[in-house]
Amino acid sequence: MYVAVKGGEAAILATHDLVAEARRGDEAVPEISVAQIREQQGLSCARVMNEGSLYDADLAALALKQAQGDVIEAAFLMRAYRTTLPRFGSSEPVDTARMAIRRRVSATYKDLPGGQVLGPTYDYTHRLFDFALMDDAKSVMVGLDPTISGREGRPSTAPHSAGDARVKPEHDVAPLDTHMPRVPDILGAEGLMEPETPPVGDPRPFDLTREPVSFPADRDVRLQAMARGDEGFLLGLGYSVQRGFGGNHPFVGEIRVGEVSVEFVPEELGFAVDLGDITLTECQMVNQFAGSKDVAPQFTRGYGLSFGHSERKAMSMSLVDRALKCREFGEAAEYPAQQDEFVLYHSDNVEAAGFVEHLKLPHYVDFQGELELIRRIRAEREQRLAGENEVLPEAAE
Amino acid sequence: MTTDTAQKSETTQRQRWMAVLARASRAEIAELIGPDLPRHDILKAPETGTVMVEGRAGGAGRRFNLGEATVTRCIVRLDDGAMGFSYALGRDGRKARLAAVLDARLQAEAPGAALHRAVDALADRQSAARVLASRKAAATKVDFFTLVRGA
Repeated sequence: MYVAVKGGEAAILATHDLVAEARRGDEAVPEISVAQIREQQGLSCARVMNEGSLYDADLAALALKQAQGDVIEAAFLMRAYRTTLPRFGSSEPVDTARMAIRRRVSATYKDLPGGQVLGPTYDYTHRLFDFALMDDAKSVMVGLDPTISGREGRPSTAPHSAGDARVKPEHDVAPLDTHMPRVPDILGAEGLMEPETPPVGDPRPFDLTREPVSFPADRDVRLQAMARGDEGFLLGLGYSVQRGFGGNHPFVGEIRVGEVSVEFVPEELGFAVDLGDITLTECQMVNQFAGSKDVAPQFTRGYGLSFGHSERKAMSMSLVDRALKCREFGEAAEYPAQQDEFVLYHSDNVEAAGFVEHLKLPHYVDFQGELELIRRIRAEREQRLAGENEVLPEAAE
Repeated sequence: MTTDTAQKSETTQRQRWMAVLARASRAEIAELIGPDLPRHDILKAPETGTVMVEGRAGGAGRRFNLGEATVTRCIVRLDDGAMGFSYALGRDGRKARLAAVLDARLQAEAPGAALHRAVDALADRQSAARVLASRKAAATKVDFFTLVRGA
């Protein structure tokens, strides 16, 4: 049992001052603004929005500033703030097929309707420091290395960009399709893919922020828990599945990143209002087959969806989503990633950090109890040993 | 046109300008209103809350809760009785109030009126920004080709 302590008010106030000083750092260096964090540390903000389970880039940036860049502390601030807000209701389910695509790649199909769009990605960078970012001078790491596009034989219909790929090529190209089919739906048309259809009546999803979770947990519960779950934890579990602790052989059917509009039907209006756009990342993981007496073998699916540009998160989520579907396919749940209770109870980093870090708080009464116990055990042991030593010589005679 | 479809198309028109206003900045909305803010009663003061964003498993399957988003809403009534609503992502209460005033005024104005044309111009700017972003993405379109091993 945890027994609270009192006192230390003055010291606590002093630590607030000190943490403010530590947060500010050297005052000779200009202070960073929330807008700068929002615009220039967008991937961090995305992680804070996901794990804080609240889409608001300004708040995520403020949380990062206040938490000195500590992502989990920042997510905690988001969660705490969220509890102060009324909830107006639920949106219409977002339609990712109508996403304004910024990036869309498939590892299963070279040629897909709508095309492969690399978008802003570090995938093809060399992970060499760009020391120009240290100066006020402009970064040189923009655009493709011209030698690469030269080798690929860029078509000469793009005269402005043929010579140097760093010349902004967007003046030469047409915009992307506004509607791009999701890759698994292409295989679905052939019947080779496990279908994803809403259950009868298209029920409202379970909300784990309002109701206690019970096990076995349904897919809507699992997806919600993973969407707000720790990226590192899900990454480790996803990796474990790939390495053999879970029997899938995954392919990235598709990853897409872009803007999707959010629609909401206010009661007083009775029609859908478009609230604006949010950035989402979606991953469709295609996995090896399952079939039964009644169903011919099909590819199976794992799904990941997350706020902001957050591919690692969406990919990890889709791997674990597939692993957690083991029961639906009659597979044995032998590995951690397949066990819903294990995954759902340990994926929330705000809860996990709270329980791990509470160990720092004074446990004086608990520990006093343990101290007394161990002293008594040792005293009893010494007494017992002393007693045996007295008995032994007599026995020897 | 029957009354029913006329009503539907009015709703669609209103949905369209509400979507444009939701994506506009506070400054853009203030510019549409101009220097004189019409007199209005605030029926529901700007209030920030959340909407739970739903997704679907696999994109088209079972609904699930992805996470919440901040939303600010406001309801006003102009002196002529017209009611205006505003719902938009984010926490900007001032923008919500101005957008609600505009929503009320736009309902009273005939299609093709100056205010509607100004909203159309704003919609065009938003659409141009979307097209530019799309073209920038399109510039990173690739054609991968498979290499034959040992060839």
